[in-house]
Amino acid sequence: MAEVRLDGVTKRFGDVAAIDDLSLDIADGELLVLLGPTGAGKTTTLRMVAGLERPDAGRVEIGGQDVSIEPPAVRDVAFVFQQYSLYPHLTVYDNLAFPLRSPARRLPEDQVRKRVQDVAALLHIESKLANKATRLSGGEMQRVAIGRALVRAPSIYLMDEPLSSLDAKLRAELRLELKRIQVELGATILHVTHDQIEAMTMASRIGVIAEGRLVQIGTPREVYERPNNQYVATQLGTPPINLIPVDLLPAPRAPREARMIGARTEQLRIGAANGSTNRAVLRWVEHLGDQNHLHLEIGDRKLTTLADPHSHWKAGDAVSLELVDPLYFDEAGVRIDIRGENAHGD
Amino acid sequence: MAQIRVENLRKQFGGFTAVKDSTFTVDNGIFFVMLGPSGCGKTTTLRMIAGLELPSDGRILLDGDEVTFQRASQRDIAFVFQMFALYPHLNVRRNIAYPLRSQGVSRAETRVRVEETARLLRIEHLLSRSVSGLSGGDRQRVALGRAIVRRPKAFLMDEPLGALDAEFRRLMCGELRQLHDRIGATTVYVTHDQLEAMALADRIAIMNQGVVEQIGTPQEVYDQPASMFVADFIGSPPMSFLRFEGSVRRGETSVRIGEAIVGVPELREEGVQGPLALGARPEHVTLADDGAIRGQVFGAEYLGTTQIVTLDTRHGQVKARMPASVNVRLGENVGLRFHTRGLALFDAASGRALRSALHEVTTHG
Repeated sequence: MAEVRLDGVTKRFGDVAAIDDLSLDIADGELLVLLGPTGAGKTTTLRMVAGLERPDAGRVEIGGQDVSIEPPAVRDVAFVFQQYSLYPHLTVYDNLAFPLRSPARRLPEDQVRKRVQDVAALLHIESKLANKATRLSGGEMQRVAIGRALVRAPSIYLMDEPLSSLDAKLRAELRLELKRIQVELGATILHVTHDQIEAMTMASRIGVIAEGRLVQIGTPREVYERPNNQYVATQLGTPPINLIPVDLLPAPRAPREARMIGARTEQLRIGAANGSTNRAVLRWVEHLGDQNHLHLEIGDRKLTTLADPHSHWKAGDAVSLELVDPLYFDEAGVRIDIRGENAHGD
Repeated sequence: MAQIRVENLRKQFGGFTAVKDSTFTVDNGIFFVMLGPSGCGKTTTLRMIAGLELPSDGRILLDGDEVTFQRASQRDIAFVFQMFALYPHLNVRRNIAYPLRSQGVSRAETRVRVEETARLLRIEHLLSRSVSGLSGGDRQRVALGRAIVRRPKAFLMDEPLGALDAEFRRLMCGELRQLHDRIGATTVYVTHDQLEAMALADRIAIMNQGVVEQIGTPQEVYDQPASMFVADFIGSPPMSFLRFEGSVRRGETSVRIGEAIVGVPELREEGVQGPLALGARPEHVTLADDGAIRGQVFGAEYLGTTQIVTLDTRHGQVKARMPASVNVRLGENVGLRFHTRGLALFDAASGRALRSALHEVTTHG
């Protein structure tokens, strides 16, 4: 395992800068998640670390070595792709052993066997080793694909949305397992995804990327609780944060330069309508089981807040809304730090 | 507007029974969701209600009239498919008007109804646009408009949001429900997505292997699952099960799991013996130093204000939802405390829920 560093990296495709002067440090043993929508530049970043793309400017370092122009084979990285590409004619065992038998890094067969068996145990696929790769469920195939990266001990594992092709239940299961394995092995992983739940639950740190630039980097909690700007605030949290003009609801504590307020569901308190100005109409009660999401309309704005599932709110009710320690953003959409904020949260 | 009743409905495909003896009623104006994994029989049931499939046995009644063997076209029901097909060479107005024109409704009447439909769907401004230039969402609204404009007695929908990405699905979910609140038409909606079902439904029927396992409001099926299948299918993350051998009797208020005594809602059934399972929702589990059941922290998943902590116990993996401010370390040994009132007990051999005071709590849905 080793530290990986991107220093002022730029990558252009034609006139478009897919990556624009991006700098990023991935610490040894860290699981760094790059989060961003399609086209943000996350996969391009990953491919530059892998050596599948060459930067137009800047440096890529692995373990202190400048590898910017080195080919993939000498970089000592392992790549897991979105679509598991297994060898269909080989057994699970031979698929897992494949990287260890390549001419460049051929291991003696007894060592291959040990590594394959260790990784199979880690991924709970020991009983499938003799199966043909095609005789597996989707979840098992993706485990094998991840296993094929894990049999090696590269400087860094690069993962390009490896869970996105799985159904929700399996994804939740593998998310947890992958994180456990990473901690157990002390592996360094750069993982890219557009799934914010994946980012929040797995990352040591999240890098929020938009239009080829790194907008913010920090622990999931830092990014969730103290987003740099409105864009980042909308990237984390389900349902998404409510962004409203500062004068929509009473906000006595709003700083003078505040233009917009960001209120997550837990930062909006609902009560019976009392004829005041902060009156909203409840349009839809969305049941989640452990709680309800209340979808509200105030003026032409739509807001979402939370309620206990056993509360009596129903569609059509008029309600009052109160802000509880929301986020404030200035004219440029930058979050305004307010005093005493550090006291709560972390 | 209509009531739909299904009586002892059965469907056989060769040696395979897709639907086994289903009986249920969808009351007038209800948004009824049939939920289950693929192959559970939900779509087959829907297609029999629509008249696209004939039952092997049983009856289907529409407003009390038997329609079991009537053609689809005679049933005054609108079917909305997963993949919407619009006529690309017609504009929005003509696409919506199409079903009326083909029924021979007058030009003037058609005009009024198309405009009313567009208003309901909030797409009046698109009426003269070509459908080929529309966004995915607007195309979907037009397709819905084509179903609504006929003013059928009921709507049947087969995963109409299945092909959409997650964010957009959420948005359309809200729109569909609000549309239902405006027009109040009886709707039967099929999906495999439990979040969608919980979000949309007045009542949910959960199907498994051709059998309706439970029908209830979203809150009922969440709080009072009738079986381990339902408990596992509903909820994200689902209910956790602690498996143990034991026996329980009517009136008992605790169970012995290994060495531990765990309080449960008062049992209302005569003795049950053998493999049992205690079911706990993540919000009904907390960490407590003196907790009788011990577990090791397997993982913690940060979700913003809350986190899901996964714990390995001798009786199975348990998930707990707690504030993100609670500090847990991987591998740490912790005690678990359960909130008695929300716990469910199952006969683990059959998967059936044992009746207890849990089922006497009234829920609002």
